[in-house]
Amino acid sequence: MRIACPFCGERELGEFTYLGDAAPKRPAGFAADGGELPSAQDDFFDYVYLRDNLAGDMTEHWYHGGGCRSWLAVTRSTTTHEIKAVRPAPGAGASRAG
Amino acid sequence: MRYSIFSLARAALSGHKGWTRAWRDPEPKKHYDVVIIGGGGHGLATAYFLAREYGIRNVAVLEKGWIGSGNAGRNTTIIRSNYMLPGNTGFYELSMKLWERQEQDLNYNTMVSQRGIINLYHSDGQRDAFARRGNVMRINGIDAELLDAVQIRKMLPFLNYDNARFPVMGGLLQRRAGTARHDAVVWGYARAADSFGVDIIQNCEVTGFTRDQNGKVTGVETTRGAIGAGKVGMAVAGSSSRVAAMAGLRLPIESHVLQAFVSEAIKPLIPGVITFGAGHFYVSQSDKGGLVFGGDIDGYNSYAQRGNMPVMEDVCEGGMALMPMIGRVRLLRQWGGIMDMSMDGTPIIDRTPVDGLYVNAGWCYGGFKATPASGLVFAHLLARDEPHEEAKRFRLDRFRRGAMIDEKGQGAQPNLH
Repeated sequence: MRIACPFCGERELGEFTYLGDAAPKRPAGFAADGGELPSAQDDFFDYVYLRDNLAGDMTEHWYHGGGCRSWLAVTRSTTTHEIKAVRPAPGAGASRAG
Repeated sequence: MRYSIFSLARAALSGHKGWTRAWRDPEPKKHYDVVIIGGGGHGLATAYFLAREYGIRNVAVLEKGWIGSGNAGRNTTIIRSNYMLPGNTGFYELSMKLWERQEQDLNYNTMVSQRGIINLYHSDGQRDAFARRGNVMRINGIDAELLDAVQIRKMLPFLNYDNARFPVMGGLLQRRAGTARHDAVVWGYARAADSFGVDIIQNCEVTGFTRDQNGKVTGVETTRGAIGAGKVGMAVAGSSSRVAAMAGLRLPIESHVLQAFVSEAIKPLIPGVITFGAGHFYVSQSDKGGLVFGGDIDGYNSYAQRGNMPVMEDVCEGGMALMPMIGRVRLLRQWGGIMDMSMDGTPIIDRTPVDGLYVNAGWCYGGFKATPASGLVFAHLLARDEPHEEAKRFRLDRFRRGAMIDEKGQGAQPNLH
């Protein structure tokens, strides 16, 4: 597997660190008035522990620690390891710099 | 046919033409009391214990490919019970005790060889941690010996003791640990289960569950037609999330690839199992002479049953650091298997929120050694609807309750366990 970093070009896998599925989003947990949402415990349990664990295309977070040190959103097939798309991760500094 | 020295002698005198097949190849029936999905070691052991210990013999084991074609045929065959946390110690020691009598129980040579495992330590802190682990094991009735470098050098003279960064200072030895022949374990359980009337149905992929109006699972849809079941047990580690998804469940599991390696055969060199404490590398020598070794999982989600170069390089570096002469041996084969990496590194054996569906999953890369105990406790759960005494901490809801069993202390990051 080689990942084509949008900033550095195609690099070998050893330069990258894996975080996991990019789909889980950290839940708010609290309402606007500061009170805990009734669903907070369920939401956090789901966020921390449960995974879709997709067989097929999955968008996931990789960190290019051996290069530009950007967080990347890599769309990759978990059944073939084929990489379909590599973008700066939304919200990471690199995505704002373009 | 019962196997013995006499049956072997008889067959030898008649040119080995009298052997009969070890298990039947039946057509699936319309309905079973229990259907087990997955014809690996765990699924077959579950069927065997259901029949032998709990008297439930109207059982089918469904296997997508051929039995033992998944992780049961891809592991590095190590058996041990050197665990520290409550839940793990008792369970894996139960498994070790079942390994010790397995060949008599099954009437099958599973080549259980208690050649010992040595976990090496390379620092004062690591020695203290291993002393603690050894003490916990001994308190729980499990054998453990803390050895220093002089004692290790007598047993393993070929290690690189003077590695400047990671000198070998000693090791924790469990003499009762060792290896077993993985294929023979699968075949032994298949033959023994079959002898009780269990149907082993190969080339039969489960494609869905049938449910009644209350949502209870009443059977499975397969590539060989619908099969009804009183209860359905999943033992499909590696693919647990995919099978659970057919019942609308999400599990605290990620699937990751683990690679293993075997070298060309050489003369007897390594007496037992050795693990390098300063990197992830472990090695044993098979009876055929090949060095069987492995290391970390690749670290990214995968169902591909093959890995990539960085981990191969890392494993070989670990081997070279520990025993430099390994560099003169050629690599013969390399392969990958898919691990159910759970969120705390510990298995899950429990009922599911779906009535009639039971799960045996999350074995990370430690499933082989657990095969006998996993079968026994899963059979207990399926037969009695309550967890076995030694598996009562392996509940599916332990993540929500905060009762994780995190042997490595990594938290909910499956690729680090």
